[in-house]
Amino acid sequence: MKTHWLKIAVLGALVPLTSWADTDPKNWDLVLEKAQGQTVYWNAWGGSPTTNAFIEWAGDRVKEEFGVTVEHVKLTDTADAVTRVLSEKEVDKDQGGAIDLIWINGANFASMKDAELLFGPWAEDLPGWRHVDVVGKSVQSDFTVPVEGFESPWAMAQVVFMYDTADIADPLPSANAILDWAKAHPGRYTYPQPPDFLGTTFLKQMLVELIDNSEELALPATDDNYDAVTAPLWDYLAELTPVLWREGRAYPPSGTRQIQLMNDGELDLAISFSPGAASTAIANYELPDTVRTFVLDKGTIGNASYVAIPYNSSAKEGAMVLANFLLSAEAQANAQDPNVLGYGTVLDVAGLPEEDKKRFDSLDLGIATLSPAELGRAQAEPHPSWMTRIADDWQKRYGVAQ
Amino acid sequence: MQTQHTFLPFLPALTLLALLGPVVGGLYGTLLPAFGHLPAAGLSGPSLDPFRGLLAWPGFLPSVRLSMVTGIGAAFLSLSVVALILAGWSGTRAFRWVERLLSPLLSVPHAAAAFGLAFLIAPSGWVVRLFSPWLTGWERPPDVLILQDPLGLSLIAGLVVKEVPFLLLMSISAMGQVGGAKQLAVAQSLGYGRVAGWLAVVFPAIYVRIRLPVLVVLAWSMSVVDVAVILGPSTPSTLSVQIVRWMSDPDLTFRLQAAAAALVQLGLVIVALLVWTAAEWSLVQLSKRYFHMGRRHARDRVLRGVGAGLAGTVSLALILGLLGLVLWSFAGFWSFPDLLPQQFTLRSWQRHSAGSFDALTETALIAGCVVTLGIVLTLGCLEAEERHNLRLTSKGMWLLYLPLLVPQTAFIPGLQTLLLNFGLETGRGAVILAHLVFVLPYLRLSLQDPWMQWDRRQAVSSAALGASPRRIFWRVRLPMLLAPILTAIAVGVAVSVGQYLPTLLIGGGRVETLTTEAVALASGGDRRAIGVFGLLQTAAALLPFAIALVVPAVIWRNRKGLRHG
Repeated sequence: MKTHWLKIAVLGALVPLTSWADTDPKNWDLVLEKAQGQTVYWNAWGGSPTTNAFIEWAGDRVKEEFGVTVEHVKLTDTADAVTRVLSEKEVDKDQGGAIDLIWINGANFASMKDAELLFGPWAEDLPGWRHVDVVGKSVQSDFTVPVEGFESPWAMAQVVFMYDTADIADPLPSANAILDWAKAHPGRYTYPQPPDFLGTTFLKQMLVELIDNSEELALPATDDNYDAVTAPLWDYLAELTPVLWREGRAYPPSGTRQIQLMNDGELDLAISFSPGAASTAIANYELPDTVRTFVLDKGTIGNASYVAIPYNSSAKEGAMVLANFLLSAEAQANAQDPNVLGYGTVLDVAGLPEEDKKRFDSLDLGIATLSPAELGRAQAEPHPSWMTRIADDWQKRYGVAQ
Repeated sequence: MQTQHTFLPFLPALTLLALLGPVVGGLYGTLLPAFGHLPAAGLSGPSLDPFRGLLAWPGFLPSVRLSMVTGIGAAFLSLSVVALILAGWSGTRAFRWVERLLSPLLSVPHAAAAFGLAFLIAPSGWVVRLFSPWLTGWERPPDVLILQDPLGLSLIAGLVVKEVPFLLLMSISAMGQVGGAKQLAVAQSLGYGRVAGWLAVVFPAIYVRIRLPVLVVLAWSMSVVDVAVILGPSTPSTLSVQIVRWMSDPDLTFRLQAAAAALVQLGLVIVALLVWTAAEWSLVQLSKRYFHMGRRHARDRVLRGVGAGLAGTVSLALILGLLGLVLWSFAGFWSFPDLLPQQFTLRSWQRHSAGSFDALTETALIAGCVVTLGIVLTLGCLEAEERHNLRLTSKGMWLLYLPLLVPQTAFIPGLQTLLLNFGLETGRGAVILAHLVFVLPYLRLSLQDPWMQWDRRQAVSSAALGASPRRIFWRVRLPMLLAPILTAIAVGVAVSVGQYLPTLLIGGGRVETLTTEAVALASGGDRRAIGVFGLLQTAAALLPFAIALVVPAVIWRNRKGLRHG
């Protein structure tokens, strides 16, 4: 009994009185008013100096304009934040949680939404939502899971392959072209080790590329169809793995390390989920200026990055103000600048007011970045269950291969 | 006066609580999910499913084997290297140089040292670049598996490079108590070679004194995370790395499997400690028999040469590794096979200036609080033991070392859950208490010997002149022990600066120190950023050592005998 009272007293002292009732996002003026003075702990992957710099810039801007302080909590893995919210729910800490905003998508979003760890719906009530390109870009379903306003999009990503023109003359626009080239040049290609998201993205991309009918991938994988549908992928990997970097006995742990290996001359070809990443890396001396990008003839997978608010955030209004700022033309154009991030925009640029449109028109996308027309419309992400199963299976076949 | 007497006896009890409370509590917090009890994920135990899942993971046996082999291998190699260096060279002028070189290198953080080494030995690394293409003919780096090799050889190398300086310094301080020079002279006058004589006569006496640190090295090598991520294999990785991966899997049931694996990790460490103890015993029997045969091994130039070579290699690996980090932090474009960057730039430093300043402040604040608390507790304990005539028994020493012997992955995640269960906010305060667990043992170890060796006749003289025990403590003993106290503080700061897992998990991700920043960036693998943060980390740990050297020299400039304690 005593400890119970102590718990209430401690919790009570920690929770600002204002956050007992959640503000309705439709009442934007009230959101702005309550956001004033709040501190938003934005949990986002901290492994890339360029994204860290962008987050710092966004924080400075919302501080100036709306009086919201942003603290970037640098994660090594987004799932750490999921774990954290879960630990808090475990002990009924339903107010004043440590996390106010998470950079999230895919399996982490599905898992948090499923466990009711998210605040919402709120995303489609943001003032900035009206310029979001809901027709041309898949921003309302995240890896086939309906978003339903529980997360707000802020960047588009699409698979491209980076290749060094000093070593590879022409693009390799299909799975088989990549395989043939790898056989002729053993040890010059690899992908980050699954379950790293870029590594699993490569597996998914090859699956989508290799099978004739990708409609099955939009539905959850079943025990009945899984083996048959994924068979072409495993056949492909059986041929590819012996000619991979280090014969597939080791893999780079992340996409950034993969870029480093390309810079060191160990790799000639690498997958990326950001069309502008190669240009950004060249500008930062991280890749030789002979690197260019290509997409596959049949197209490549694309998805959106989102931000979500945990159900027990102590600064939901501030978090919404930040999410709304991320949708502004100013933030979107800045993120698309290859000298900053090189991320694709979620906005319908053609529908923007003239002065906002100019921000995008004046951008130089960079020497290695494909134009939107060259990128083409992105292929849909398979249902997350495919990725989970494939990553597990990969782990059994190649992840413990010694 | 009166208050002093009443509260001093509480200090040892308080210290013990600060030391062991978190370990015991954390293990309890690991035990529950390991047996299937995690209410938040809608799971309640007890059940053995987490262990079943763990055993069904195909990488289980390889990763257990890897942890055992790399851990025991690294500890054994480090001890052998240290013994060989000491046997061949202790007391010589060359040895002084190695000693001076290695003491600052001890504070180089693990992750920074590992990255430095990785850039040296990779197929596209500095060593290959030095000979390419003019000698090797390689215009492109060769496709050979050096880093992340399946046997964990590069991981063992990385661990040895970090452990040799630690064990060497521990042995040097033990030699101060043993006074091996005379025994060695006797052995040599009986015709023994230097190496054989030292190993037969001096080493056993030293080993008894460094045994616990050796066991700490063994436990640490088996369960280290950051170094194993950088240098170790990944198909599969060591068990500790896998535990941290499972802890962060979006599928929440993997937390149970992680907890089960954490208990297995604890069991592995216990088994390894037992194996080690058995090996010690049989080695004693074997060597007794061997030395009874009376071989003198007078000609040991080759062995001494090997010892010198190993000392040189370890120092060179650390120094060149750091130099590599320095260059990367200022590098423009830099590709294979260039030995140096094509241009130098301040961009990396400018880009990280704001973030690194915040992290530096946080790091200094935490280290300052931890060390202040720790030094008060430690000195209070020593003084209380002195006045109440208590002695730290060998069992007490084991308690002191317990937080260093229990793998961090086994109790830190559990501690986080437990803190939340009590409704306590995780954050800076909790991080300070968590750091204290790891800093206290090192403070005690650094201060124990200087405290005991202090000439008690000073106290007797002061008391005869009418000084109270309190006055003797403040006005005589503390000032005379200034140098060792400052060194202990420096050690404590270095330990606090280097903590990764406790800062990350207990801080709830909100506490950002140089180390959490560095490891977060290391997960990306950007060498320039790692260079900047690795160097700042090293500087933060080194600066207190410099102060500990300079301050006594300035204050005691006219009291030569006090300068080195």
